[in-house]
Amino acid sequence: MAGYVVRRVVSMTLLLFLLTLTVFFLFNMMPADPARLTCGKACSPAIIEANRHHLELDIPPIEQYQRFVGGIFFGRTFSKDTPRPIECEAPCLGYSFLRNTEVLTLIARAAPVTFWLAIGGFLTWMLIGLSLGIVSALTRGRWVDRTIMGIALVGYSLPSFFIGLVLIFFVILDWNLLPFPQWTTPDKDLGRFLQTMILPWITIATLYAAFYMRLTRNQVLEVFGEDYIRTARAKGLPERVVVLKHALRAGLTPIVTAAGLDLAGLLGGAIITENIYSLPGLGSLSIGAVLASDLPVITGITLVTASLIIFANLVVDLLYAVVDPRVRVG
Amino acid sequence: MIGVEEVEGRAQHSPERPFLSVENLAVQFKTEDGIVQAVDGVSFSLERGKTLAIVGESGSGKSVTAQAVMGLVKAMGGIVSGEIWLDGQELNGLSPAEVQALRGAEMAMIFQDPMSSLHPFYRIGDQIVEAIMAHRKVGKGAARKEALEMLKHVGIPAAERRIDAFPHQLSGGMRQRVMIAMALINSPQLLIADEPTTALDVTVQAQILELIRRLQGEFGTTVIMITHDLGVVADVADDVAVMYAARIVEQAPTSETYYHAQMPYTLGLLASIPRMDRGQQDRLDPIPGNPPSPIHLPPGCVFQPRCKYWEQVPESAGHCKTDRPELLASGAGHSVRCLLPTDARRQISQEVLQSLRGEG
Ligand SMILES: Nc1ncnc2c1ncn2[C@@H]1O[C@H](COP(=O)(O)OP(=O)(O)OP(=O)(O)O)[C@@H](O)[C@H]1O
Ligand code: SF4
Ligand SMILES: [Mg+2]
Repeated sequence: MAGYVVRRVVSMTLLLFLLTLTVFFLFNMMPADPARLTCGKACSPAIIEANRHHLELDIPPIEQYQRFVGGIFFGRTFSKDTPRPIECEAPCLGYSFLRNTEVLTLIARAAPVTFWLAIGGFLTWMLIGLSLGIVSALTRGRWVDRTIMGIALVGYSLPSFFIGLVLIFFVILDWNLLPFPQWTTPDKDLGRFLQTMILPWITIATLYAAFYMRLTRNQVLEVFGEDYIRTARAKGLPERVVVLKHALRAGLTPIVTAAGLDLAGLLGGAIITENIYSLPGLGSLSIGAVLASDLPVITGITLVTASLIIFANLVVDLLYAVVDPRVRVG
Repeated sequence: MIGVEEVEGRAQHSPERPFLSVENLAVQFKTEDGIVQAVDGVSFSLERGKTLAIVGESGSGKSVTAQAVMGLVKAMGGIVSGEIWLDGQELNGLSPAEVQALRGAEMAMIFQDPMSSLHPFYRIGDQIVEAIMAHRKVGKGAARKEALEMLKHVGIPAAERRIDAFPHQLSGGMRQRVMIAMALINSPQLLIADEPTTALDVTVQAQILELIRRLQGEFGTTVIMITHDLGVVADVADDVAVMYAARIVEQAPTSETYYHAQMPYTLGLLASIPRMDRGQQDRLDPIPGNPPSPIHLPPGCVFQPRCKYWEQVPESAGHCKTDRPELLASGAGHSVRCLLPTDARRQISQEVLQSLRGEG
């Protein structure tokens, strides 16, 4: 097991390395010129060149990448040969000259927003998805099942911007049930935090809950056909125990996989939902960075998001071993 | 919800009724292709401590019959009719909760495939403990002790260690022993073994059968042994019921079945018993053709498309293609479902069985 984890961590690091390298070169091939964008219309070629040097874009991409990686481990200094050099301490993910802020600072500011959005949405959809999925499986073919699956189909086919806009229109604008979203942390103003987050959570949960309802229903029904479920019934166990202890546990593996990866993906930012509700999370940060060709921010977010997903993969694989003893003990 | 009559009916103990009596049992499944009549008018009875073998080809309804007795068919979406009397109590009319209380306590079942019949994620000891605690108020520690004793009793070596093993760490034979231990842990009066040895090696098969026989003797358990191999039942069963296409087609004491079987299908089964002296694989005379689809049963004798003798039925007795034979008594404890006149059946029986012995 330990050897396995070490092997996985090594390959994860390698993967991240390749990934950032790819991002780096992809953005270097983009037609947009970040140096040009640094000053307005009245820009002379001389100023652009000076800025290019400033942004360290006048050196070969491979060297830029070396400095980027170096910065992560040892920190680095930007604008060295100017009167006001910028110290960026390790781990330095870069510096956004557009925003005059370290990339890490930007990410650290946006991450809690996305974290709360993702966790709340995740818990909501898992709760709804699993419970309705189980109910659906238990009432398969009857009207309860049909209704739930109908709801799932609708939820599944509605795009999240549509759900978001409808919720804002009715709940906030028309019925005045909630104030307009205004981000704050739960420790500062819990009431306000909940008022802000409830609609984003519902928006995110609708899409995912639909998927998890169907996944859970299918898993439970598939496991229902297994011989060991018949054994559990033959022992005289109550149907509740048969479903929750025997069937759900056995059908859990694909649900755990999907949940881990979906959560990780969301932790990298929910671009549409964050934008609709004006939440200053990683999604908003990255869409802003892409629109402004803010390469350091894009690279930084890519690295963080990719790390999350790769890490989630590892966690999911370790969870397999927890769920399924056949993985754990050979 | 329970009507007065029903309560009275339930309380009524009939001293004449055998320990287990299945009367006119029928099971249907509604499927996309149509209604599957998996069991059709099956009746049999069994005295306490005796063993009934149910024999028949794949798909003849043996497992569904057994699962109907266990009250497991409704959870699979089947529709059950008929009466199942166990120790003076009718089971088919009971509520799900009442049958659940009997399942695993009064009656228990062992399944065909020990590889897939144990939950892969739980330790075998915990699975047995679960079976104990589902029916009796005992502490976990006591239940575990009991499970360990039972594991030793069914011949699991190093049971102290194995009790914490997961099913995938055990061999097929060991797993079937675990299944047996789990089935017998609450001392059930009725044990149904559904092809308990089919998935096992030949050497292990004999051991498992021997184990079931030994435990049956010890606990005085009544046993229904399901198999599709008539060769297996010779030294196990008191009675044999042969099933074909959802019905019992012949039923008799074991020796009567071996020496005086009358139904052409049973004769076919006897002819296809593998002989040790001819090598395992060499089946003498497998019955040609396939059983009918349970959705489209032929209107007459369901065995007619495969029967060699249907043309010998005299006009006065009916037509095999259109008239469905009843299961009728033909000697002591012997009943047969066939339109052939008794004399003709006896004659055919003698010819076939003699030729079998002659060749053997
Ligand atoms: N849940 C179900 N839904 C629909 N049809 C079923 C179901 N279970 C069993 N059947 C059908 O009922 C018939 C009898 O099946 P059963 O399992 O009792 O056969 P069997 O005699 O035990 O055969 P085998 O020797 O293969 O175990 C088969 O045609 C089968 O397809
Ligand atoms: S009733 Fe006719 S077809 Fe059926 S077994 Fe007897 S002889 Fe054969
Ligand atoms: Mg079967």
